[in-house]
Amino acid sequence: MNVIVEKADLTLKYIAHYNDLKELLFKGSSDIINVRRKKAFQDFVSQGIPTRKNENYKYTNLHPQFAPDYKFVIQREETDANLTEIFKCNVPQINTHLNLLYNGWFYDKNVKSGVLPQGVILDSLENMAKNNPELLQKYYGNTAETESDALVALNTAFAKDGYFLFVPKNVIFEKPIQIINLLKSENDTFTTQRNLIIVEPGASAQLILCDHTLNSNRYFSNSVTEIFVEENANLDYYTVQNQHNNSASVNSVFIQQERNSNVTTHTVSLHGGFIRNNLKIKINGENAEANMFGMAFLDKSQHIDNATQVIHAKPHCQSNQIYKYVLDDKSTGAFSGRIHVARDAQKTNAFQRNNNLLLTDTATMQTKPQLIIDADDVKCSHGATVGQIDEEALFYLRARGIDEDKARMMMMNAFAHEVVQQIKVEALRERIDELIEKRLNGEIALCHECDYNCEC
Amino acid sequence: MLSIKNLYVSVEGQEILKGINLEVKAGEVHAIMGPNGSGKSTLANVLAGKEEYEVTAGEITYFDEDLLEKSPEDRAKEGIFLSFQYPVEIPGVPMVNFLKTAVNEHRKHKGEKELTAGEFLKLMREKMDMVDMHPQLTNRSVNEGFSGGEKKKNEIFQMALLEPKLAVLDETDSGLDIDALKTVAHGVNMLKSNVNATIIVTHYQRLLDYIVPDFVHVLYNGKIVKSAGKNLLLSWRKKATTGLKKKTKIKNECYC
Ligand SMILES: Nc1ncnc2c1ncn2[C@@H]1O[C@H](COP(=O)(O)OP(=O)(O)O)[C@@H](O)[C@H]1O
Ligand SMILES: [Mg+2]
Repeated sequence: MNVIVEKADLTLKYIAHYNDLKELLFKGSSDIINVRRKKAFQDFVSQGIPTRKNENYKYTNLHPQFAPDYKFVIQREETDANLTEIFKCNVPQINTHLNLLYNGWFYDKNVKSGVLPQGVILDSLENMAKNNPELLQKYYGNTAETESDALVALNTAFAKDGYFLFVPKNVIFEKPIQIINLLKSENDTFTTQRNLIIVEPGASAQLILCDHTLNSNRYFSNSVTEIFVEENANLDYYTVQNQHNNSASVNSVFIQQERNSNVTTHTVSLHGGFIRNNLKIKINGENAEANMFGMAFLDKSQHIDNATQVIHAKPHCQSNQIYKYVLDDKSTGAFSGRIHVARDAQKTNAFQRNNNLLLTDTATMQTKPQLIIDADDVKCSHGATVGQIDEEALFYLRARGIDEDKARMMMMNAFAHEVVQQIKVEALRERIDELIEKRLNGEIALCHECDYNCEC
Repeated sequence: MLSIKNLYVSVEGQEILKGINLEVKAGEVHAIMGPNGSGKSTLANVLAGKEEYEVTAGEITYFDEDLLEKSPEDRAKEGIFLSFQYPVEIPGVPMVNFLKTAVNEHRKHKGEKELTAGEFLKLMREKMDMVDMHPQLTNRSVNEGFSGGEKKKNEIFQMALLEPKLAVLDETDSGLDIDALKTVAHGVNMLKSNVNATIIVTHYQRLLDYIVPDFVHVLYNGKIVKSAGKNLLLSWRKKATTGLKKKTKIKNECYC
């Protein structure tokens, strides 16, 4: 009984936060955001913070992460330090349009790195709401349902800012946009980041997102990103997660794709205490393709849970998923992947695989594929493996004079290789390769060159 | 070079080798024959340092040092090479990376300068020609998708790159057609010298038509039941259809 009361208390605490901060939350935000906010709050109240009885959060216990007394960031914070100066991206040769977020807010002193093509907008959500209310009205909250996930509801209830990216019709640009969210605070902090991406018909963009904790306070980041990829448009969306062991992150991404569009997501979880990634892709037009790749490296008592959902709503589309985990010590991992092929979505090709490498007997992995197929002419497959390093292969390498540690490393790299090689931005791919090697070597995957140990 | 004295080995509590004695000197070629299950691969793997094989009694010295104390990688770097009966596929580990790392680990051990990528590729091409290995195979992952014959050739190719002092070839002849068999034999003969030694493990006689051993040993049920000079082979062929063959019920092609 006691436990249940406690859990309810935790939800009540966040309800109280909302009520305390209500005035500030509504103030300065667009009506469009505030209308959604009101409803989202009601949705949060009625759902409460999910427990493990909730099928969607079966493998991930959110409650301990919600327990600390966090400070909420509901106003744009001034920082005396020049973040652009402090933060020097350390990917050699990577040539990106670099922009920073600061505790989930678009950093207002961002230095422009190169000129964006005509018509491309990269700005704060707050500014966008002022300058492009018609786009906000059309897209905001369109896919991120607040009724079915309390974390999305909580984000929408507290949402003030994040980034907005708009790529107009037929604009194709090669140079990736890189957005780095820096977490830095004097207190344990709860951040709410709300992003919106619109890639118009025929347009194409690459986006690299990095997370970085700049000091050792506890962080909870609850972010929601809505992405709309229109007809004949392309988006490559890379997420590199690199936070310290005391941080928690729930990262929900909703993508809607139209006809002939192509989306590739890469979620590389190098480091983080507690990570839950929700990725939901709705394929809403014919001949579209979605590729979803993920890698996770865990040790100590880290927890990483990737929950994917692909909805094939239209025929002749293809989706591919490969997620790979390497788990050490007593870390815990989870993967659940749902593929839903709607009745009209004939000739669907949907493929999913989750491979996991356990380095110890104490690490655990839960994997749950789920196929819901309402059409009859489809090709769907899923597979999952949980295994240890192949001892025969290890012996083979050692028998050729390769030290055990090095041989293990080669095997682990080999395991990740299949996913790494799918990264199309070469400098990023090489960097990730290097970071993985460092990570697997037990070195922190953070860079040493920069004062704040940040990495991207 | 190698001295095995009264060696007893168990796997999962089951005794497999029951008192093996074997002396191998530089320049010699030894053949170890015997039916399936007699313990030949066990012996080969114990030499290479496979941990699941437990040595319960006896000793092995290699250049007057206790071999059993050493890790598999140290044994390899000190010149022991096992050509595996069943080479394992290692998806994701590129052949070239693997080979270059192995060669350079050997060189470091000997106090030699590591090869650059260019130097290594040159060496690799040279050795590839020697064993008639298809260049395309080095673009793949280690043994991945190789045919049985290609896997065996790859073993000999690695042997050519690493230039071992003691090569143990475990059934390198099985699964090869005559041409491949000849190339493999050619490779082994080319690498033969008066400072290194070869142990050929087989339960066929075919390879021994091309590589002439100095000694032949018959391993049966965990023991060496017979050792002799190369003449043994000849006399044996005649007796092959009677005697041991009947007792051990081996298939036709086998001569022991
Ligand atoms: N890893 C192992 N686990 C259990 N039994 C094994 C293992 N390796 C070999 N054996 C057993 O040891 C015996 C000898 O096998 P092996 O050395 O492979 O013979 P050979 O190479 O002469 O055919 C066989 O009975 C085999 O089943
Ligand atoms: Mg054998």
